[in-house]
Amino acid sequence: MMFRALAFLLAFAVPAMTRPALAQMNIQEVTSPGGITAWLVQEPGIPFTALEIQFKGGTALDAPAKRGAVNLMTALIEEGAADLDAQGFANARDDLAATFGFTAGGDSVGVSARFLTENRDQAVALLRQAIITPRFDPDALERVRGQVLSGLRADAKDPDALAPLAFNALAFGDHPYGSSGDGTIASVTALTRDDILAAHKGALARDRIYVAAAGDISAADLGTLLDTLLGDLPATGAPLPRRAALNLTGGVTVQDFPTPQSTVFFGQQGITRDDPEFFAAYILNEVLGGGRFTARLMTEVREKRGLTYGIGSYLLPMDQAELMVGQFSASNDKVAEAIDVIRAEWAKMLADGLTAQELAATKTFLTGSYPLRFDGNGPIASILVGMQMEGLPIDYATTRNAQIEAVTLDDIKRVAARLLQPEGLRFVVVGQPVGVTTTP
Amino acid sequence: MLRRLGLICAVLSAPPALANTTLADTVTEFTLPNGLQAVVIEDHRSSAVTQMLWYRVGSADEDRGNSGIAHFLEHLMFKGTDTLAPGEFSATVEAVGGTDNAFTSYDYTAYFQRVSADNLPLMMQMESDRMRNLKLPEADVLTERDVILEERNQRTDSSPGALLSEQMRAAQFMNTPYGTPIIGWRHEIAQLSRQDALDHYSRYYAPNNAILVVAGDVTPDQVKALAEKYYGPLAPSDGLKPRIRPQEPAQLAERRITLADARVSEPYLTRTYLAPERNSGDQSKAAALSMLAALLGGSNTTSVLARKLQFDSQTATYASAYYDGGSIDDATFGFVIVPQPGVSLAEAEAAMDKVLADFLADGPDPAAFDRIKRQIRASTIYERDNTDGLARDYGEALAVGLTVADVQGWPDALAAVTIPDVMAAAREVLNRNNAVTGWLTKPEKAAP
Repeated sequence: MMFRALAFLLAFAVPAMTRPALAQMNIQEVTSPGGITAWLVQEPGIPFTALEIQFKGGTALDAPAKRGAVNLMTALIEEGAADLDAQGFANARDDLAATFGFTAGGDSVGVSARFLTENRDQAVALLRQAIITPRFDPDALERVRGQVLSGLRADAKDPDALAPLAFNALAFGDHPYGSSGDGTIASVTALTRDDILAAHKGALARDRIYVAAAGDISAADLGTLLDTLLGDLPATGAPLPRRAALNLTGGVTVQDFPTPQSTVFFGQQGITRDDPEFFAAYILNEVLGGGRFTARLMTEVREKRGLTYGIGSYLLPMDQAELMVGQFSASNDKVAEAIDVIRAEWAKMLADGLTAQELAATKTFLTGSYPLRFDGNGPIASILVGMQMEGLPIDYATTRNAQIEAVTLDDIKRVAARLLQPEGLRFVVVGQPVGVTTTP
Repeated sequence: MLRRLGLICAVLSAPPALANTTLADTVTEFTLPNGLQAVVIEDHRSSAVTQMLWYRVGSADEDRGNSGIAHFLEHLMFKGTDTLAPGEFSATVEAVGGTDNAFTSYDYTAYFQRVSADNLPLMMQMESDRMRNLKLPEADVLTERDVILEERNQRTDSSPGALLSEQMRAAQFMNTPYGTPIIGWRHEIAQLSRQDALDHYSRYYAPNNAILVVAGDVTPDQVKALAEKYYGPLAPSDGLKPRIRPQEPAQLAERRITLADARVSEPYLTRTYLAPERNSGDQSKAAALSMLAALLGGSNTTSVLARKLQFDSQTATYASAYYDGGSIDDATFGFVIVPQPGVSLAEAEAAMDKVLADFLADGPDPAAFDRIKRQIRASTIYERDNTDGLARDYGEALAVGLTVADVQGWPDALAAVTIPDVMAAAREVLNRNNAVTGWLTKPEKAAP
């Protein structure tokens, strides 16, 4: 055979309380005759395949004056390809009852596809046209540009969009991370068809592909599919983005916006995904601001004081920078108290770390819930492509829970001292908060 | 980020609910002597299981003047029982690696947990416990009321579109209670009391008013044995009445609403028409309306509205149509048009009405009609990948008076729709006397 398939039988290491969700999830590494690698879980129970492709780079590839080019290009991929215009392409896709999705993220461009076994070859041939030979017709460009501009105008009046945008501008300045990947009204208005063609050539290339599939397809068939679908892309794309310097200082930034309820986005320096102490930091955040009701921020800000409907924090390791951020909304007269509570919880975690009980309960939750994520072809393909993007080994799913279990209270204290900066937290408030003003 | 999202809001851009699945071989049902109805959906691909408990009570069952009590009680159901401290329910679910949440709509309130299958007995024990043994400390009730006011702030009062939708529903439903928002009017939420919640609870939370849906790595026999053990001993309520609500009178005049708000960046127009809902044993009209919505506005590329207003003319940035017949009483059939810059709402509305008039005269493109039918057939395959989604489909259907047979017959009902059926449904529903037209605009320039 031309392809090679490395099989790993996964038996999840989980506590006695829970059984593994997929006791024998067989992840194979498939390499196509043309040399493209993918991870596969073959599950023939339902006659369709879920396919996930990611191209590293994403909107961070945009040149400063061309901000929004990768996003607009991605939005146009399905708007006509080869000899089909936008209507023709959509009709052909619907005739096959396939679904294709294209997304532009900060660090990658993603392609999601679902297609039936009965017409897989036709669906793949159609998807290939979109990826390899999109038309970028002038009328489609103007129509989709109008949609993007409409979204940008809406964002400018939406506190939930404004708050993270203002935070990122403070944090990253001129780096692409410092602005919206959708671009600005001015930059998107100025984009030409040549810019879109350049963005396509730069973003979709074979040197940055990650692929996963789950469902009713064999390793041999997937190998053939990979070459059909992706083999004719250019070998190399645009240089990957540079590292982003973090310019964040502690304090508060208020952006006036007339609304009864402020949106608050806050954060500080984070930690890289491959840091040896990542799991300690992950558990620390889970206790501090995980989205669950037992998390400290949820308990203190919502359950005890009724200051918000929801609050959470999370680690955000991106390709070129790392953050630890959180978000909530609160009535204008409650923002000041909520910020005080958050700072106090940050300081308390830094000073005292976790209790043994919190550590044990969080480990049980994280290890028990992990296998429940692998609950369908779509989610499995999505998780497997994410693992590859993060540089994790193919047996990661079998070792991940053991890494969680190995974290000690001392590990948490050590990483807390390294990570948490109660004075370094920057809060961006979009609204008209009472008794809260901008600090340097 | 947010948990316990307490409401199901009608999302303007939601595509029409096209299909359910036909999984006759993996779906079974039974009823306990105390009236608890149960549905089991088997999926042995993983060892996860979802328990959903649906109560046949929603905001439309509230007493007038007490709006929001169904949703408020949903939040309070996490505040403890005789044997569980406040917050202990969710903490226990998390301790076994599970997740839990709840939601409220016009016709139902539902609670669910997702855990590994060996934890199903614990979930049933806790869910059955809080069906009858809720305990509400006064202080917790008042704090949670603040949380709900913040929720209303976040979902409704911060969103001009949500405010317009709320005003339009109040105008659309002149007599049925669907005109009252699920979360409640602010001034009524602010005075809801612990006693209001307990009254609602003791009246509606009982096995003979509940539907249990269990989906995942379980067998019907296992679920039945567990349900008998945990839910079986609970006494039924004798305070339940048939869900017969005030009905709409003949609607004789179109209503128009303009909401101006400085937070609006993209003005849009939306129109809803009163439309029949899905009925048990007779889903043909609802199926025709679902096909009509898919044809007119189900795709942002190929639907009639998208083609005419976004491709053939540069009138709209976005155009869609939607219909969801999953309700006890009358539903709505709706349109949303976001005009391109430079196109007024009046021009966009005239263009939309021209498209609708032409469609009523000419009918659909048969090729487009066949294409949608093919997608419906495929969706019954794709949907099997999402067992939680199936659990939700069955639970919602049963909670609004449909049956398992209705759910399983829905794809056939859609497949049976003919073009004349679609046109008959269109002529019946697209009557402006039944309609509310809403404009969301920026304020006119105020004098300095």
